[in-house]
Amino acid sequence: MSNPTVDVPRTVSAGGAGRFLIWASIVLLCAWVLVPIYLLMVNALSSPAQVSGFPKSGLPGFDFASLQFFAGFAGVAKALWNSILVAVLTMALSIGIGAPAGYALSRFDFPGKEVFRMLVVMTRAFPLPLLALPLAVMFIRTGLDDTALGLALVHTVLAIPFAVLITFSLFSGIPLELEEAAWTLGCNRWQAFQRVVLPLVLPGIAASAVFAFTISWNEVFAAAVLTIENRTLPAFLIQNLNVSPLHLKFAGGAAMVIPALIFIFAVRKYLFAMWGIANR
Amino acid sequence: MAEIVIKNVAKRFGSFTALHSIDLTIADQEFMVLLGASGCGKTTLLRIIAGLETPSQGEVWIGGRRVDHLPPRERGIAMVFQNYAVFPHLTVFENIAFGLRMKKLPQAEVDARVNRTAELMHIEQLLRRYSGQLSGGQRQRVAVARALAMEPDVILMDEPLSNLDALLRLEMRAELKGVLANSKTTTIYVTHDQVEAMSLADRISVMNGGKIVQAASPVEVYRNPAARFVGSFIGNPPMNFLPANRSAAGQWSVAGLDVPGPAAGDALEFAIRPEDLTVAAEGFAATARVVEPLGAHTLVTAEVGGQMFRAVLDSDLKVSPGDELRLSPKADRIRWFNRETGLAAG
Ligand SMILES: Nc1ncnc2c1ncn2[C@@H]1O[C@H](COP(=O)(O)OP(=O)(O)OP(=O)(O)O)[C@@H](O)[C@H]1O
Ligand SMILES: [Mg+2]
Repeated sequence: MSNPTVDVPRTVSAGGAGRFLIWASIVLLCAWVLVPIYLLMVNALSSPAQVSGFPKSGLPGFDFASLQFFAGFAGVAKALWNSILVAVLTMALSIGIGAPAGYALSRFDFPGKEVFRMLVVMTRAFPLPLLALPLAVMFIRTGLDDTALGLALVHTVLAIPFAVLITFSLFSGIPLELEEAAWTLGCNRWQAFQRVVLPLVLPGIAASAVFAFTISWNEVFAAAVLTIENRTLPAFLIQNLNVSPLHLKFAGGAAMVIPALIFIFAVRKYLFAMWGIANR
Repeated sequence: MAEIVIKNVAKRFGSFTALHSIDLTIADQEFMVLLGASGCGKTTLLRIIAGLETPSQGEVWIGGRRVDHLPPRERGIAMVFQNYAVFPHLTVFENIAFGLRMKKLPQAEVDARVNRTAELMHIEQLLRRYSGQLSGGQRQRVAVARALAMEPDVILMDEPLSNLDALLRLEMRAELKGVLANSKTTTIYVTHDQVEAMSLADRISVMNGGKIVQAASPVEVYRNPAARFVGSFIGNPPMNFLPANRSAAGQWSVAGLDVPGPAAGDALEFAIRPEDLTVAAEGFAATARVVEPLGAHTLVTAEVGGQMFRAVLDSDLKVSPGDELRLSPKADRIRWFNRETGLAAG
């Protein structure tokens, strides 16, 4: 009796334990992110009775009453509009300032380039709560308090490091020779940028703009401190949902999380590019 | 009229000097080949002429105009890049048309020129493709077509055929030579392939370590190398060298043989091309080490005076490793170099 199949020796002991650890970590990390989102969704889609009732089924009831009530809640529409306005401004400002900086970092050699790159990231090291009070005072003095532009400026500061790093990586991915070829074919610097570089980086720029949008969309602290009448959605929710019934909290949370999730999912590969892990 | 004059141009990258004071004049409509080993500064010189690199010193003149302060687009040049630089977001057609569109030529003219150059480079069936769908050799041909379509006064080509297979390369070489001879273009062509250099050039500039060692016609460069480096770099197999010591006025002792030579100097080097040796009764005492029959000729690698010495001999001749030969140099083909400076003597 011959057995033609070759026995593959199994790696048990060390290798097996290592593998188990890796998988356990993966499962844990996924659960860490996914379970809250799942619970949020289930509860947002359940009727108020189901939300506060016990035992839980763990499945959504597909009851849109909470969401509907939330959408009709006084002030939600205005807060949503403010959120979008601030986020769009943030997006425009951070790309408008960040993309040229990213281009300069990738194309020109200037003294202090490395220091500048570090400093760009360092801006994230300042705790916002520490800055919030002086900022609020300054904004009141300059009349920027409680305006969309004022808040967008603060959000831009938060989003710019990412805009610079992502666009830096995008521009670096485009060989200088392509631009040079365009120069020899009759383009000046700006035309070469427009005709060769821009079409190639546009998807990435759009992604980085969406990311800036998301940062602004999710930001709550500065929004809560710097606005009173013109609250953005997160600031509005913090203020109002604290005193709302449970099912409304879930509905509000879902309204915040879903757009952010979709945006981040859409631009995920460019976020990896930021750290140089992958370039398209 | 597009004569190119390079005056005293040098390029330093930090403490590294890539080009040492280059002086070179390229006549209108001349085909000049820059030939040299990897890293000798060919691309750097080409980029300075194109305006993509600023010289650390010196002047560049094109068509009687000083251009070293002008951007590339105002120099009347087109360039083929070593790494092709084909635009990935445009089709082959639009790549070739790119410069023509910048010149705002009418569509009919654009179509005509693109089709003509594409046909020349044998890529007419690829016009709708994107560069990602092309092979390296096809991309290279797109890059050449893009430059040719511009019909510039000066065309700068950085190893434009390096990625083609031997047969296609031979064909393209001939076509390129024909096209450029018919146009009124001044061409600077970079290569490290000496056969390509020989076959294309009106003149060859041999570069070494950031200097131009010799700029002359292909035959001149081959027959009368201005320096030992040129002789050792050009020719396959390259020149043979043997130390020579003065035995009497105008007489030099080379590996035991008395050879008449220059009157001046005291430490020279004797040089002879392998094909200028014949087997005779009188000559260098040589021991054959390797024998390579190549059909038309037989390449014999021998030892003369303890040095490696190659001879290209008639293939009728029966030689086997270990044989003792007498190799006689053709008197009018002997060249002499100064042993210290490496420059031609006599
Ligand atoms: N931007 C740069 N910074 C520093 N050194 C450089 C730079 N560009 C070129 N060099 C150096 O200058 C020398 C000449 O480079 P160049 O590209 O002109 O060589 P080449 O003759 O074209 O070689 P190849 O045949 O390999 O293309 C090389 O030693 C190279 O390392
Ligand atoms: Mg080169």
